[in-house]
Amino acid sequence: MTVPIQPDPAATPSSPISRAIRARNDRGQAALIPYVCAGYPDRNASLDLLLAAADAGADVLELGIPFSDPLADGPTIQRATFHALEGGMTVAGALDILREFRSRRDTPVVLFTYLNPVHHYGMDRFVKEAAEAGAQGLLLTDLPAGADATLEGAAARGGLDLIRLLAPTTSPERIPRVAEGGGGFLYYISRTGVTGARTELREALAREIEVIRARVSLPVAVGFGISSPDQAAAVAAVADGVVVGSALVDAMTEGGAEAGGRFLAELRRAMDAVPRNLDAVAASGVTTPEG
Amino acid sequence: MNPDVAVPEAPALQDPTRFGAFGGRYVPETLIAALDELEAAYAEAGQDPAFHAEFESLLRDFVGRPCPLYRARRLESAAGAGPIYLKREDLNHTGAHKINNTIGQALLALRMGKRRIIAETGAGQHGVATATACALFDLECVVYMGAEDVERQALNVFRMELMGAEVRPVTSGTRTLKDATNEAIRDWVTNVEDTHYIIGSVVGPAPFPRMVRDFQSVIGREARAQMLEAEGRLPGSVVACVGGGSNAMGIFHPFVGDEGVRLIGVEAAGEGVETGRHSASLSAGKPGILHGALSYLLQDDDGQVAPAHSVSAGLDYPGVGPEHSHLRDAGRAEYVSVGDEAALGAFHRLSELEGIIPALETSHAIAYLLEHGAELAPDGPILLCLSGRGDKDVAHVARIEGRGSIL
Repeated sequence: MTVPIQPDPAATPSSPISRAIRARNDRGQAALIPYVCAGYPDRNASLDLLLAAADAGADVLELGIPFSDPLADGPTIQRATFHALEGGMTVAGALDILREFRSRRDTPVVLFTYLNPVHHYGMDRFVKEAAEAGAQGLLLTDLPAGADATLEGAAARGGLDLIRLLAPTTSPERIPRVAEGGGGFLYYISRTGVTGARTELREALAREIEVIRARVSLPVAVGFGISSPDQAAAVAAVADGVVVGSALVDAMTEGGAEAGGRFLAELRRAMDAVPRNLDAVAASGVTTPEG
Repeated sequence: MNPDVAVPEAPALQDPTRFGAFGGRYVPETLIAALDELEAAYAEAGQDPAFHAEFESLLRDFVGRPCPLYRARRLESAAGAGPIYLKREDLNHTGAHKINNTIGQALLALRMGKRRIIAETGAGQHGVATATACALFDLECVVYMGAEDVERQALNVFRMELMGAEVRPVTSGTRTLKDATNEAIRDWVTNVEDTHYIIGSVVGPAPFPRMVRDFQSVIGREARAQMLEAEGRLPGSVVACVGGGSNAMGIFHPFVGDEGVRLIGVEAAGEGVETGRHSASLSAGKPGILHGALSYLLQDDDGQVAPAHSVSAGLDYPGVGPEHSHLRDAGRAEYVSVGDEAALGAFHRLSELEGIIPALETSHAIAYLLEHGAELAPDGPILLCLSGRGDKDVAHVARIEGRGSIL
């Protein structure tokens, strides 16, 4: 039988992102967290995809601000990024998309980018304007825990959750340190490597998530390489949230925002159909369904 | 002005990952464990006399060190300055200073039990030096190289392949060194458990800039002793070309404490700093974060990395080592720039004057000396790092000068 995870009081109080994920978890389901590249294929289409994603049952949205050197991203997001930059997308342009989205939907948004565009914009200025535009979180792929106390503190000072990443290579002792300055949720990279759709998930995923869960109270979302409804369901069975990026970009490339929305609705259905019995899953080590 | 473009302050000063405010470790979480492991392995190796002994014996017997310090008298006449001494890194095995670092890092990879090596390369010199070290130690070797550079440096591509390395052309972004580095980092993030990334310059996240500097500082240690032997005094100035800045950092480092010695880094001005088509990060960039470190960086008004340009593939990089940024801001080193045309001129001049064909990268430093040598001479002897030989550039220069394809 499904045993819903009880929200941890320590993690839920003020963060709209944590609250949205826990609200979904309370219903015995995992949160869906799609990634949308600002300006891909153009400004309005990326706004449409945000709206479609919210309507398809996304609980939190990641809005990517393109950077010229996306060294944590695979070919799909690299291409989307370059296309967006060639189309003239900027930091201010992405905030503008967010502002318009926020006037129409309440779904929490995490701004997802690399450090340099934000650093150049001015970290404190960026955080302030992002919060005003309607962001709840900030994820900087190249600002790991402990890299720069000043920059890391800026998000919290400006009222944004700093979304922290954990990798399979993160040592168990480091996990609490990574979580400490973070908020919203912890983003677990389901395998070493760059972003991109993949056909297999790590066997050890459930056990790895258990190791994290034992050390932190934030919700744990899993991303990097989730490309099909079956995979999303497999991850939903063991994690608090499922991040989907490159596969959504692919769907968008093929059929626009409408196709993106349909793809997410499929993921939503598959995820909601899978029972979440986290203790049993962890004990058995079973992580992937057939297919 | 963006107030936050200013670099972080006080706490950074004590940070072993930094040089002043510059450097650091701005990388995806996946790499933190590997950087910790590398730092620990490097610290441990530093305490191990056997490591030093093996490194030094390879530098002597395999690389051919110490390389000579050569007084270039005809260059002195042409520059109207003297004495001028060339530190002959071009005489090293594989023809450049790059091998000092790849031997050191390959030894570290062996200590860490990592048998797969990746590297980025611009001109191909670091790729060749990495392929060489991998052949020597029987390590698997993959070299990422911008597709544009694969064309510009066909000879070096073939040299790498001869030694068993796989060269992967990189077609993303600007198709040059910056993008080759992105791709190498992506490979490392993916294969970090069995792979060591031999970065070719004093760039990247800590501990790379310090470690590469340490391996390269053999250049300056030898040159300092050789200069004292030849002249009975220290040089008045030390001149080296700067792309990422490893030969410059290697020759500067042992002189940093010698206050009277001017340290002059020569960046690539490409078609002119004012045209925007150049690689002069320290002269025309702003502090920014690329490839794991905070340093001077060519970037546009929105914080996107600006494409670099130089006739020499090895200088064609929008960033620079963080320690150079620190030396610049601290006023300890001066950074100037020389354009494509002057560098090509110097390529010919040194060939004619001394029978030494310099690498196009090195030619930038020669060009600076030809123009400004007379201003440096009153300070004392001039020491120039002849970082590499120009054989690899011959076909490229012939093409530029309308001599058609000779390779």
